[in-house]
Amino acid sequence: MEDHDDINLGRRNLMAGVALAGVFGTVLASVPASAEDAGVVTGPAPDLSTLPRVKVDLVAPPGVHAHDQIAVGGPKVVEFTLTIEEKPLVIDDLGTTVHAMTFNGSVPGPLMVVHEGDYVELTLINPDTNMLQHNIDFHSATGALGGGGLTLVNPGEQVKLRFKATRPGTFVYHCAPGGPMIPWHVVSGMNGAIMVLPRDGLNDGHGKPLHYDRIFYIGEQDFYIPKDADGNFKTYESAGDAYSDMLEVMKTLTPTHEVFNGAAGALTGENAMTANVGETILVVHSQANRDTRPHLIGGHGDYVWNTGKFRNAPEVDLETWHIPGGAAGAMLYTFLQPGIYAYVNHNLIEAVELGATAHFKVEGEWNDDLMTQVQAPSPIA
Amino acid sequence: MTARPVENLTLADLLLPASLLVGLSIFSLMQMDILSLKPAEAYRGPQTIVVAPHAYEYRLPGDFQMDGVPVNGTLQQAEAGPIEVMLHQVTLADYHECVSRGACDAAEPVIRSARADVPVTGVSFDDAMDYAQWLSERTGDTWRLPTVAEWIFIAGDRAVDHAVDAVTDADNPAERWIATYEQEASRAVPADARPQPSGFFGANDMGVMDIAGNVWEWTATCANRTTLAPDGSTASVVESCGIRYLEGRHLTPMSVFVRDSRSGGCSIGAAPDNLGFRLVREPRSWLRLPF
Repeated sequence: MEDHDDINLGRRNLMAGVALAGVFGTVLASVPASAEDAGVVTGPAPDLSTLPRVKVDLVAPPGVHAHDQIAVGGPKVVEFTLTIEEKPLVIDDLGTTVHAMTFNGSVPGPLMVVHEGDYVELTLINPDTNMLQHNIDFHSATGALGGGGLTLVNPGEQVKLRFKATRPGTFVYHCAPGGPMIPWHVVSGMNGAIMVLPRDGLNDGHGKPLHYDRIFYIGEQDFYIPKDADGNFKTYESAGDAYSDMLEVMKTLTPTHEVFNGAAGALTGENAMTANVGETILVVHSQANRDTRPHLIGGHGDYVWNTGKFRNAPEVDLETWHIPGGAAGAMLYTFLQPGIYAYVNHNLIEAVELGATAHFKVEGEWNDDLMTQVQAPSPIA
Repeated sequence: MTARPVENLTLADLLLPASLLVGLSIFSLMQMDILSLKPAEAYRGPQTIVVAPHAYEYRLPGDFQMDGVPVNGTLQQAEAGPIEVMLHQVTLADYHECVSRGACDAAEPVIRSARADVPVTGVSFDDAMDYAQWLSERTGDTWRLPTVAEWIFIAGDRAVDHAVDAVTDADNPAERWIATYEQEASRAVPADARPQPSGFFGANDMGVMDIAGNVWEWTATCANRTTLAPDGSTASVVESCGIRYLEGRHLTPMSVFVRDSRSGGCSIGAAPDNLGFRLVREPRSWLRLPF
């Protein structure tokens, strides 16, 4: 964290800059001042060969790769590899199939976890079995369209990007290959999230450290599947064949499917997430394209960073929280009762009819103080 | 002037013979029609199978509780039959007959099939009752939905006992919820909810086709909540006939007007893939069998 002198210096520079802005324009004034003011630590690139390097094996959502909540040692270079897979994906129990575009084969792509001040070094591979050009835009990165301008790869190419994780929080990443390809790739599944933890871990904004026992990554995805004259969802030979029809549905702004982790029911039944009473969970929830409003039925958001940025104090005791489209939020909750919990997008039409429902199966002792059935259902006296 | 207006002549003089001619034609057409329709009038409805009398056991449907705690319904030993029941679930083609004659509302399937030999889906209890009434009038027989007990009799080795195995812990209601959830989740196969052609799921040990496939079947049985006394006798029953049970891979209560059931939100159990039905035919009474 920056010290107070740095902040004051930054503000003085900003004031000076404002005075000059009338003559030289705002860009000149705001770049150095706002960077310091926001607490971003940057400077000439250090000799990265002196930093430790860590190679991370990513895991498919809702799992998250092993990581330290409090950073051990100084900044590192953290190496990730994402392989782009274009593949058919069944998104409901009716066999509705979309030609998905994915990072590492899953919708969403895997969650990456680093610490503030670490360097993210990503190898992006576009195998020659793919048909389309892809890239990656990290909302957590600074410059070059989030890296999108430096990572455009054709089938058969790979590229390596390094950026410094300067802002702690949860951030979306997505493919953004230009023009109408951008929303099409995003609503075909090509998005994920990265979590940049503060080096000293999460806190409540008042100095109290926060810790989680389990972490889950939920990526919410809106799909826009064209229908035939009978009203059945259409299937296409290839992504390209579907493109123009899908664009028409996309422009209605009304998704046909709104799902967690790539398909209706992907996180329910035998795939329900599990925890125990007394355990604290962190849920990272991203929606790369469309606003959402998560709600844990029968529970709460103990600490919620709804816009996902950890230098803001979390809100507490929330019932429902709003995550704007193009953002990832984080929610910390300690289970107090056993049972089945539904975690939904609390637009209940989207939850029930379009698929945005996940379940937690929580085991442990029931707490009668918190709730009890005083009288079982019985004939009206 | 002896000439009369031509119009008067034609109208008055042609009306009688013309109407006679038309009447005669219609009469003879009706005669022919009746003759030619005779075999069709003998339509007896979709193919049926007679399930022979046998002893079976079934669990009473309903929400049962004892000492304020949910418990499994009572297991009954019974003997029944013969019961004549549709070999297959009512198909799209069967149901279309009723819709095209204005006696049934159109179904609302999630997927519209190009084939007519798939079970009709997207039908409510009310729709099933309309179809039963129409088919009864059409055939002169009495068709009706089976009760849960009759359905289990018909289902033979495909019948699923909906008892929850978990020991009910009065201090922890969550244990039963979790056990129920796990049980229903494990039965949620096949995962493909698309209706399949009649016969796809095969016959049970009674020869009845497609029992407990991916189309759940409406029954006539009303939802109920039954409170048992400590000795196991019934202390009270509250019946709700706006809600009926569907049978299939698991027993599901459903409001009578619902045509499609999707899982999600706070309804955390597994929902039926599709709602359909099959009917039983009452034996013809001697009075109605004069020949």
